[in-house]
Parts: sequence; structure tokens; C-alpha cells
Amino acid sequence: MLKYKHIILFILLSFGLNQVGFAQFEIPDKPKFQTSVYDYINLLSASQKNNLEQKLIKYSDTTSTQIVLTVISSTKGENINYLGAQWGEKWGIGQEKEDNGILIILAKDDRRIGINTGEGIEYLLTDALSKRIIERDIIPYFKQNDYYGGLNRGVDAIFEVLKGEYQGSRKSSNDGLPIGFIFILIFIFIIILISISKNRRGGGNNGRGSGGNGSDSMDILEAIILSNSGRGSYRRSSGGFGGGWSSGGGSSSGGGFGGGFGGGGFSGGGASGGW
Amino acid sequence: MKKFLPWIVIGILAIGLYSWGKGFNNTAVEYEADAKTEWSKVESAYQRRADLIPNLVATVKGYAAHEKETLEGVIKARSEATKTTINAGDLTPEKMAQFQQAQQGLSGALSKLLVTVERYPELKADKSFLELQSQLEGTENRINVTRDRFNDAVNKYDIYTTKFPGKILASLFGFEEMARFKSAPGSENAPKVEF
Repeated sequence: MLKYKHIILFILLSFGLNQVGFAQFEIPDKPKFQTSVYDYINLLSASQKNNLEQKLIKYSDTTSTQIVLTVISSTKGENINYLGAQWGEKWGIGQEKEDNGILIILAKDDRRIGINTGEGIEYLLTDALSKRIIERDIIPYFKQNDYYGGLNRGVDAIFEVLKGEYQGSRKSSNDGLPIGFIFILIFIFIIILISISKNRRGGGNNGRGSGGNGSDSMDILEAIILSNSGRGSYRRSSGGFGGGWSSGGGSSSGGGFGGGFGGGGFSGGGASGGW
Repeated sequence: MKKFLPWIVIGILAIGLYSWGKGFNNTAVEYEADAKTEWSKVESAYQRRADLIPNLVATVKGYAAHEKETLEGVIKARSEATKTTINAGDLTPEKMAQFQQAQQGLSGALSKLLVTVERYPELKADKSFLELQSQLEGTENRINVTRDRFNDAVNKYDIYTTKFPGKILASLFGFEEMARFKSAPGSENAPKVEF
């Protein structure tokens, strides 16, 4: 009994150590309600947050460029731009074709801010320009503990840099049936087909009055066919759910980005600065 | 009826085998292509760094012309690094090691240069130097991001082609293990390009 206790203790301990060893920043899952400001530590007041949020959504409505602001306490030792590239990619900020997303991460306790540019934005908002915006427009406010002022000014500066680019239209929220739904319909149709053919074959067997042996192997065949079709449609339907998610994710949002995050890519462009 | 039964079973088995092989092959091809795409991104990130260097060297020269040795070291390492490229279809561990070594040579020369720069306050305040610095910083980040994504893609491919029973088909169809990017020995305490 004592032995077991030791083993359990050992396992628990090693789990604990693992947790310590891998204390890295975990990127939050892609939110269902996709908007422009995610203040995880409530650094901004409700009205400040709302101001920035509306401003960025309005900008996205007219230009399709999605700028997302996140406030966290610390990146837990991770390079803020490295984190930003993974984060932006995971959430898919920006439109898929244009890759025009920008993710600004403010790590308050690290006293660092990073601007991460999507692949399609890099040539406009270059690393050097991002750096300049951080140094000249944002940090002077942050030094006076005015986080809202710095973010607001920084966003304006980004607008100025990007002016006139990506004349896009707001994606309509309900553009026909989601792909997932169609796949489910196909799936149901296949099941109906299978059950019909199964009935028919069963009937034929009975009519001919074949021996037990034959019908046994028929059952095996059916099982193979059924399991095969089951596997196939499982794959299909899981793909369908994926599609349904991304296309339907933002459809119910009242004030978020129209159409949600578009799936833009990030490959590590941007700059960061501390104060 | 009984006579045909074995043939039906054989036929179904053959179809099953075929679709298994086909499914495996196509997925492996897909993963392989993904990894190759990621590789081309790695190379272009490195290329981007190499492209920044002539400007950087020219700017530094304007203020610190007598740091000849360091500057030449960077130029030499750059030409060494741009010479070593790998065809995406040929990602063997040896070539990968070669590529990494050449790029590390450049990283080393670059960080040496940036340490030297510390001694020239005027250079550090130069506008174009500051821009180059931030571009270099972003490029280093791009290199990190693309490298890790490449490793993820290779990982996916390698796991898929070495897991049983896929391994049998992989060797049959000639899917070879791809090489990963390894962090260099001692790179954990290499000087960071941070300003």
C-alpha cells in the first residue's frame, strides 16, 4: 500500500513539475464572438473599450482590414512578436485572400507592446513603421500610464499609414446555406440510400430462399459496406462542421466584425517596444 | 451463388486495399507539399535577411569605417549563406545541417556587428540605421516563425509516414523521412538581436 502511495505521489509531483516547466503563454481559443478588442485583464474602462471597439469595427467595415487589440498581463517570457504571429494565425484575423489583419498585443506587466502585421499588410505597415508608431505615438502615453490614450493614438497612426488601401465591403452575415449544413444533408441522403438498398437485397434473399451460409456472408458484406460508408461520411461530416464553424462563427454577432475573422495569415512581421 | 462468393470477397478486399493505398498516398503527398511550402517560406525569410545586409553594411560603414574586419566578416558570411540553398524536394539531414551552419555563420557575424555598433552613438541615432534595425528584428522573428511552422509541417508528415501501418506503404511508395530544423548547439545563449 505504501509503495502505491509513493508511486502516486511521484506521478503527482512529476505532473506538477511538468506544469512548471511548460509555463508558457497559452493562446486563447478563437472566440465565438469576434470583435476588435479583447481586454483580458480589464485594463480599459467599459467606455474606453467600447470607443476603441467601435472605431476598429467601423474601420473594418469600410476597408475590410481587421485590427484586433488584446490586453494581457504577461507573455510569460515569450517574444511578443513571435506570440503575435502565432496568435494572429490561430484566430485568422483579416480576410483570407488579403491577409490584412493586424494584431496589437499589450502586455501590461511586461511593459511591452507589439504590433503584428498580417502577410498582406507588411508592405504597407512595415516593421520600421510599426516600430516608429510604437516609439513615437504609443509609448509617450504609456509612460504617463495613459493606456487608452496610447492605444487610441496608435490606432489612428495605423489608420493614417493604411489610408486608402483595401477597399473591401463588409461581408454579409448570411450568405446562403453554410457548407456544413449541405454536407449533413448529403450524409442523410447516403444513409437513406444505403438503407433502401439493404432492404431490397434482404428481400431478394428471402425470395430465393438461400441457405443460412449465404446470408451470413451477405451480412458481413453489408457490415463492411456500412462501416466503410460510415467512415467516409464521418470524415465528410467532420469537415462540414469545420466549415460551418468558420462561416457561421460571427453570424450572430451584434456588434463584432461582420462575418467574423476571415482567416488571414501572419508570418511574423511587425515590431515591439517597451516603456 | 456460392461459387462467386470468394471472388466477391477478393474483389472487395482489392478495392479496400486500393482505396487504403490511395488514401495514404494522397494524404502523404499533401503533407509533403505542405512541408515544402513551409520550407520555401523559411528560405524566403532568410533571403529577406540577406537582402537587408548590404544596406546595413553601407550604413554602418558611414560611421564606423575602420571596423573593417567585422564588416567584411558579415559580407563573407552573407555570400556563404546565400550560396547554400536547398531544393525543397531534397530536404536531407546533411543538406539541412549545411544550410543551418551557413545561416548560423551569418547570425554570428551579424550579432558581432551589432555589438560593435554599441560603440558608435551617432550611428545608433541614425534614422536609416534605426529602420534597418527594426526590419532586422522583424526578420529574425519571421525566421523563427517560419522555422517552427516548417518543423510542425515536417512533424505531421513524418508521423504520418512512420506510424504503423502507414510505414509499410511509405517505404513502398518511397516517402522518405524529412529533416527538421534543429536549434544549434549553444544557440540558447547566443546574443539576441534586440534593441
